[in-house]
Amino acid sequence: MAITINGSDVEAPGDARVSLLDLVRDRLNLPGTKKGCNQGACGACTVLVDGERVLSCMTLAVQCEGRSVTTIEGLAAGGALHSLQQAFIDHDGFQCGYCTPGQICSAVGMIAEIERGVPSVITADLGGEGLSLSREEIQERMSGNLCRCGAHNGIIDAISEILVREAAE
Amino acid sequence: MNPFSYSRAAGAADAIRLGAVAGTKYLGGGTNLVDLMREGAEHPEALVDVTALSREIEEREDGGLMIGAAVRNTALAEHRAVRQRYPMLSRAILAGASAQIRNMATIGGNLLQRTRCTYFYDGEGSRCNKREPGQGCDAIDGFNRNHAILGASPACVATHPSDMCVALAALDASVHIEGRSGKRSVPLVELHRLPDGRPDLDTVLEPGELITAIELPALPLASRSTYRKVRDRASYAFALVSVAAALEVESGTVKDVRLALGGVAHKPWRAWRAEEALRGQPASEDAFRAAAEAELADASPLKDNAFKVELARRTIVAVLGDLAGAGR
Amino acid sequence: MSNFVENAKQAVQGAAQAAMQKAVELAPDSWIPGGRPDPLIDRKHGLIGAQTSRVDGSLKVRGAAPFAAEFPLEGLLYAAVTFSTIAKGRITTLDTAEAEAAPGVVLVMTHRNAPRMRPMPLFLTSQKAAGGDDLPVMQDDRIHWNGQPVALVLAETQEQADHAASLVRVAYEVEPALLSFAEAKAKGTEPGIFMGPMKLEIGDPEAALAAAPHKVDTVYRTPRHSHNAIELHAATVAWQGDTLRVHDASQAVAHTAWSLAEIFGIDESNVHVTSPFVGGGFGGKSLWHHQVLAAAASKLTGRPVRIVLSREGVYRLVGGRTLTEQRLALGARDDGTLDAIIHTGTVAMTPHNAMPEPFILPTQSAYAARSIKLDVEVVKLDMLANTFMRAPGESVGTFALESAMDELAVELGMDPVELRIRNEPEKDPTSGLPFSSRHIVDAYRMGAERFGWSARSATPGMRREGEWLIGMGVATATYPYHRMPGGAARLTLTRDGRVTVEAAAHEMGMGTATAQSQITAERLGLSLDQVTVHYGDSAMPGMILAGGSQQTASIGAAVIAAQRELVAELLKLAGNDSPLAGLKPDEVGGMNGGLAKLDEPDRFESYVSILTRANSDEVSVVGNAPMPLETQHWSMHSYGAMFCEVRVNAITGEPRVSRFLGSFDCGRIINAKTAASQFRGGIIMGLGLALMEETVFDERSGRIMNPSMAEYHVPVHMDVPEIDVIWTDIADPHTPMGAHGVGEIGITGVGAAVANAVYNATGKRVRDLPITLDKLM
Repeated sequence: MAITINGSDVEAPGDARVSLLDLVRDRLNLPGTKKGCNQGACGACTVLVDGERVLSCMTLAVQCEGRSVTTIEGLAAGGALHSLQQAFIDHDGFQCGYCTPGQICSAVGMIAEIERGVPSVITADLGGEGLSLSREEIQERMSGNLCRCGAHNGIIDAISEILVREAAE
Repeated sequence: MNPFSYSRAAGAADAIRLGAVAGTKYLGGGTNLVDLMREGAEHPEALVDVTALSREIEEREDGGLMIGAAVRNTALAEHRAVRQRYPMLSRAILAGASAQIRNMATIGGNLLQRTRCTYFYDGEGSRCNKREPGQGCDAIDGFNRNHAILGASPACVATHPSDMCVALAALDASVHIEGRSGKRSVPLVELHRLPDGRPDLDTVLEPGELITAIELPALPLASRSTYRKVRDRASYAFALVSVAAALEVESGTVKDVRLALGGVAHKPWRAWRAEEALRGQPASEDAFRAAAEAELADASPLKDNAFKVELARRTIVAVLGDLAGAGR
Repeated sequence: MSNFVENAKQAVQGAAQAAMQKAVELAPDSWIPGGRPDPLIDRKHGLIGAQTSRVDGSLKVRGAAPFAAEFPLEGLLYAAVTFSTIAKGRITTLDTAEAEAAPGVVLVMTHRNAPRMRPMPLFLTSQKAAGGDDLPVMQDDRIHWNGQPVALVLAETQEQADHAASLVRVAYEVEPALLSFAEAKAKGTEPGIFMGPMKLEIGDPEAALAAAPHKVDTVYRTPRHSHNAIELHAATVAWQGDTLRVHDASQAVAHTAWSLAEIFGIDESNVHVTSPFVGGGFGGKSLWHHQVLAAAASKLTGRPVRIVLSREGVYRLVGGRTLTEQRLALGARDDGTLDAIIHTGTVAMTPHNAMPEPFILPTQSAYAARSIKLDVEVVKLDMLANTFMRAPGESVGTFALESAMDELAVELGMDPVELRIRNEPEKDPTSGLPFSSRHIVDAYRMGAERFGWSARSATPGMRREGEWLIGMGVATATYPYHRMPGGAARLTLTRDGRVTVEAAAHEMGMGTATAQSQITAERLGLSLDQVTVHYGDSAMPGMILAGGSQQTASIGAAVIAAQRELVAELLKLAGNDSPLAGLKPDEVGGMNGGLAKLDEPDRFESYVSILTRANSDEVSVVGNAPMPLETQHWSMHSYGAMFCEVRVNAITGEPRVSRFLGSFDCGRIINAKTAASQFRGGIIMGLGLALMEETVFDERSGRIMNPSMAEYHVPVHMDVPEIDVIWTDIADPHTPMGAHGVGEIGITGVGAAVANAVYNATGKRVRDLPITLDKLM
């Protein structure tokens, strides 16, 4: 069974120790996914596996056989930008740019979770239908992605803009 | 990380067969095990991927739930029946880690999460009885702000880090286990051990035994329950103290209660004494405080964590007060 | 029809504006008394100050900006490090057999087989010295700190290298190490030296304090901090013939190249360091042992090497901010004016570094006290060398100074903003120099108005919503203007009318290329897309440290010098057939893609035309920035007034910042978007410093016990409220572009603003950071 990465099939590494993160960065020359701690503690390595946001540093590549992985390089087709990528630029949702691919992949996964109705720990009424899209809700749901440059406001602004736009559509 | 082999089990029987080989570990989401392997705290020779175990959340007719071990944390937290019947469980899971980790972690794996004691993590540079029995403990006289106030031993003062397990402890959950010698079921509160002289043993699992499911009995009072986690930053941090509680009040009197604490002991701490002290008492702040004090009477804080005793007391009183207030 | 009219009207207005537009005259080549300000200061509606998005934004959001560990080289080997587990002593046994036999291992380098190298040139000991310490790591069997590298493994894959590094067996003969701060202090301190002594006394402050009717005299403590840039320290190195090629994560490429040349005893021109993108620096990305050891191992194997430190490795190998213990005493009269400021204390450092955290710096220029005493003493511990971290000195010094000012305001019963205004100095209180541009009172008034400061109750504990006690606090932010010697830049104008700027400077998130594109385009009369800025390459002109918040001014001054050269060249090339014939550089300026006579803009020729007529493909010049004499004539600083609202949970003590405003006075702002991000970023790191950050150092072992992003807390999204930033935008006539630095000021004052707000919320005064919930229960 192959691992599908950004639409292409890749053979799983022979060494089971290889993380999904090191597979894409070191072996497939897809360095857009970043290594910030390799401890499951910063979120810089966030990718989408079967559409769900996960940490590629804590995922063994062999665990992804038969699954579909999307990295930052696979988010938008061709040279175009995903709407979130453009929103990050517009709102200056980054400085050094190192945590940025992880933030963006995480936001893509988060938006899907919100659409599915997944609550967060600060959701007041767990039993209720529908979620409010308050700023705090987005902050809580994005808290697994650290940013040391302090672009937090711009990141949340960018995601909010996309959420509001999607809600309007 | 030492080299290891990797295989996927098709189901429980297959996993147990593969897991019979010494040096084998079961792999769920990997969010803790992979980290511990990288840190040298775990060095299995073989990993058996058990994410093909059941991912079913079965709703029993009596209102209870049977939860497959491979159910992801997010899936359990977002499940409609959990949110309505056991909100404390939903909230406890959502209070833990980050969304990415919750998407990866399995509930079976979460039960086996190991301590965050920094001396345990620092295998090369520190002494730790949990890593190497008999070596000594550098935490007891070291930085122990995050450590245990209840049930610790001279050998180990580490705490259990899971949020989910605290709720499960309060909810009378039981853990279904399979091994070569057959199946058994253990109450969650008996799955994890206190450290005593063998802190290297986190649980009562025998070698090769596999967690296959968690069973939640019907517990109507749990529909009014919550989980409160107190931590150093607003999100994505382990608990200093957490409280899972369910409360049933009738005519101003506590009819029934479930209470468990996190961040205070080597295992999720079911507050039996507090529960006992509360049943039949008026649902008042005084009674809540008396119950908290009964539970914490034996607390023995360390150099840096005396605040946890007071924090636990206050948090218990506040959580019970909220539940009592919401029920009025 | 109406559209047509509207468009025509706009076209006419546009034409009129163009006609009124003036060429930008050349900027002065120095800033000394009697000089004239940079003419860019008068450009109000151009690119300067605009909300320009980052020119490298698209690369970064696509993950396509290459960082140090992302350069694929043929035959690459991966490195892993084994660290010492004792603080001081000797290696007695070093068994590498098992590691060497492990699959994929190509080299295990230890002190036995490492090439002989000179020590890293220690920062501040020479102009281009970049080393964090000057210890002979892997040159002998001695151990100097717990975490020192004792072996470096190279293998074909990272997994193999990591595993083999864990197989290196080391035994030690342990020697007593000095690890306890209290014990070291008891043994005696020595004076700290940081670009000169840090001892100063004006008047008799102890006597003035004793006699003062109102006083505060307390001790404040700040713990060790780690930079925790999200990008791990990394380098990809290769020897290409005699040349050492380094893809580094660096905020000092020229310094690193020179220092590596010294270490390996080769010519500076034989080291080529590049660093196009740096994933956060904050003072931590200079030269540490990992680049040196990787280069040494690459030399031994003849193969390129990639080293990416683990997060633990960063904590073991790269120093952070050290701890401080500060006495801050203030004596005041009834009207609040200060008779005495005493700011003294002790910091820990090592025998092998040059960074006594200079916490007195903010106090040097802060208030018009009648007597002042400043003193930084040091003790030297056997620990990892501490180093520069964002606003070294000011970040922690302002915590003490500005907390004490708040305590004094309480003692006086005076509004803390008013107290600060009453002590506003007319000239620098310690140097006696005039201020070049100080409008901090304006910043305070603007900030107080916008934040709603007047709603604050002076009595603590008066505001409560549910479980949450709410309070407000304020503090002054301050950071000096620096422009270090050595700024230089190359300007290359090509026949298509485009300009490239090259300077050995850095981009770690400040928006270097964006700001310099704006500045250069505005100066030369070009559009933004006609300018490209290259940087991060030691082969480029200049020696421009990304430190001291000085890059913008430093590159800006170099571009000014280069423009003068360029214009002189162009006037020569233009010759007698040009409308510019006979003009001197000072008579022309940049405009509309060419040069025009300043007072006769019709005498104009485009850059394209000049080069085409001269049949020249390009003109390339290097300009050297003048010496930074301005700092000898004026007291020069960025300023800010920090306003904070906190909520403290009355039950659990949890402190959360709910509102924050930074009101800044930092000269002319070059890019409103990226400057705001720099301000916010500094403030957010300040929130970490205030509420959660601490590098835990076990004084028994000398070991850092939380070498992890999970255990060292930095603020997460949920900790960060919407942060408001405003600025005076008053240009400093004595700096390039009228600008001051914006990179470090944001972290200063935040610790005190938060602590003061916590006091206002709860009545509890926390004097030792971080302000965790156990201190508030």
